[in-house]
Amino acid sequence: MIQSLTPGAAPGRSPSLKGLPSTRRLEEAFRSGRRVLTCEIAAGDSPDPAGLLERAATVRHHVDAVNLPDNTSGRVHLSGLAAAAIVAGAGIEPILHVTCRDINRIGLQSHLLGAAALGVRNLLCLTGDHVVHGDHPESKPVFDLDSLQLLRLVGTLRSGRYLSGRAVEPAPDLFPGTTENPFAPPHDFRPLRLRKKIEAGARFVQTQIVFNVPRFKAFMARVCDLGIDRQAPILAGVAPPRSARSARYMRDRIPGMDVPEALVKRMEGVAPARAEEEGLRIAVEILDEINGIPGIAGFHLMPICWEEAVPEVVRRAGLRRESETMPAIEAGGAAYPEVSSAPIRERCT
Amino acid sequence: MHGRSLVSVARRWLLTHPGAGRILDQMFRPVEILIKKPLFGCRMCGQCILHETGLVCPMGCPKTLRNGPCGGVRLDGCCEVIPDMMCVWVRAERRSRLLPWRDAILKIQPALDWTQRGRSSWVNAVAGRAEGVGP
Repeated sequence: MIQSLTPGAAPGRSPSLKGLPSTRRLEEAFRSGRRVLTCEIAAGDSPDPAGLLERAATVRHHVDAVNLPDNTSGRVHLSGLAAAAIVAGAGIEPILHVTCRDINRIGLQSHLLGAAALGVRNLLCLTGDHVVHGDHPESKPVFDLDSLQLLRLVGTLRSGRYLSGRAVEPAPDLFPGTTENPFAPPHDFRPLRLRKKIEAGARFVQTQIVFNVPRFKAFMARVCDLGIDRQAPILAGVAPPRSARSARYMRDRIPGMDVPEALVKRMEGVAPARAEEEGLRIAVEILDEINGIPGIAGFHLMPICWEEAVPEVVRRAGLRRESETMPAIEAGGAAYPEVSSAPIRERCT
Repeated sequence: MHGRSLVSVARRWLLTHPGAGRILDQMFRPVEILIKKPLFGCRMCGQCILHETGLVCPMGCPKTLRNGPCGGVRLDGCCEVIPDMMCVWVRAERRSRLLPWRDAILKIQPALDWTQRGRSSWVNAVAGRAEGVGP
């Protein structure tokens, strides 16, 4: 399957338009049995990929894969697929977020095919934030499919068919994952919904950010009872709050986020100059606390606009040894010459 | 067995008589709206799954989710889009616990066939047009 997607394999493809080899490094990391680390970086809202590559370079040696979001919160950003392809071109394993907010089933299938063609194999299938939270609240929300139907759609494509029944040749090799929010009601239903998502085809799970550890422990206990942790690896979401303002923002403005009052008070209690240090400590404390919970396969770091925190959090929590860094591959270079000439490139390779 | 064969006869008849199907649809549509709208908040998607969603219409969800709540449900159980409305799926999950067929909510619902929107889901069910799209 991989071979069929590598450059030159597709008949009739122009030799100058080389596709990128898709890699299985994330799946292999899950199979290795060690703690897997992923990290979400901002795709950015500039057509210049330098900033994106800089953020990716900051985290690349500390994680197994990098998540590229799809217009987070309904705000316009650089296309997640473009960002994922650029990151893949720099030899970094991408996880592309695919949401149902902006495109219908026709667009989604074409998007997924495009991802496979660009060497982007890992997908995070989401419903998507509603447009009312973004910068174009007046736009038409699509939601033609929901996240489960999207997972099933990925499975249909993987089996060599479009949703219409028409054949896809060759069938795209995609690795779909999903998310679950243990903190949003109805709490008892969340583990069952996660099981439903795995039945629909999810192969890995990244959870919403954990601040409320007791709630997360209760969720994981139920998940383990249902045997879900043995069906798909689960990565617990962790984020260092950068300031008291950022903690309040997450509590008040991001729906479904559970930021305990004690945490907000703790961030407010320190001088602004020391807030970042306190945020790092909070993240490391949470990592230490949830590291021992049964059923956790690793962590998904979501440093909201603070990618520089990732190396420090990983180091302090003792999550990475030298031998576990993301192996470099000979991937991009030729596909994105304009990127390779930028000075940022030196830090990426 | 007897009921099923009756449905298959009716289905074959509806497929061979599309004109009669349209008339039946026009007849049943107002009846369906009259009953299901006040009782369940029906939005006439034409592929009714009330039975599997705790008798709460999932199309009342601003994201029209048919497979469970999104991750944006507020901590008080209200909708992220309409803050003073209880999440459709919080209500659906609560109500489905009271039903003898409470596990029906765990069924994976296929993608909607939007061409059937606004039509009678009863006639669609008999005609085999209420099963959605996909595997």
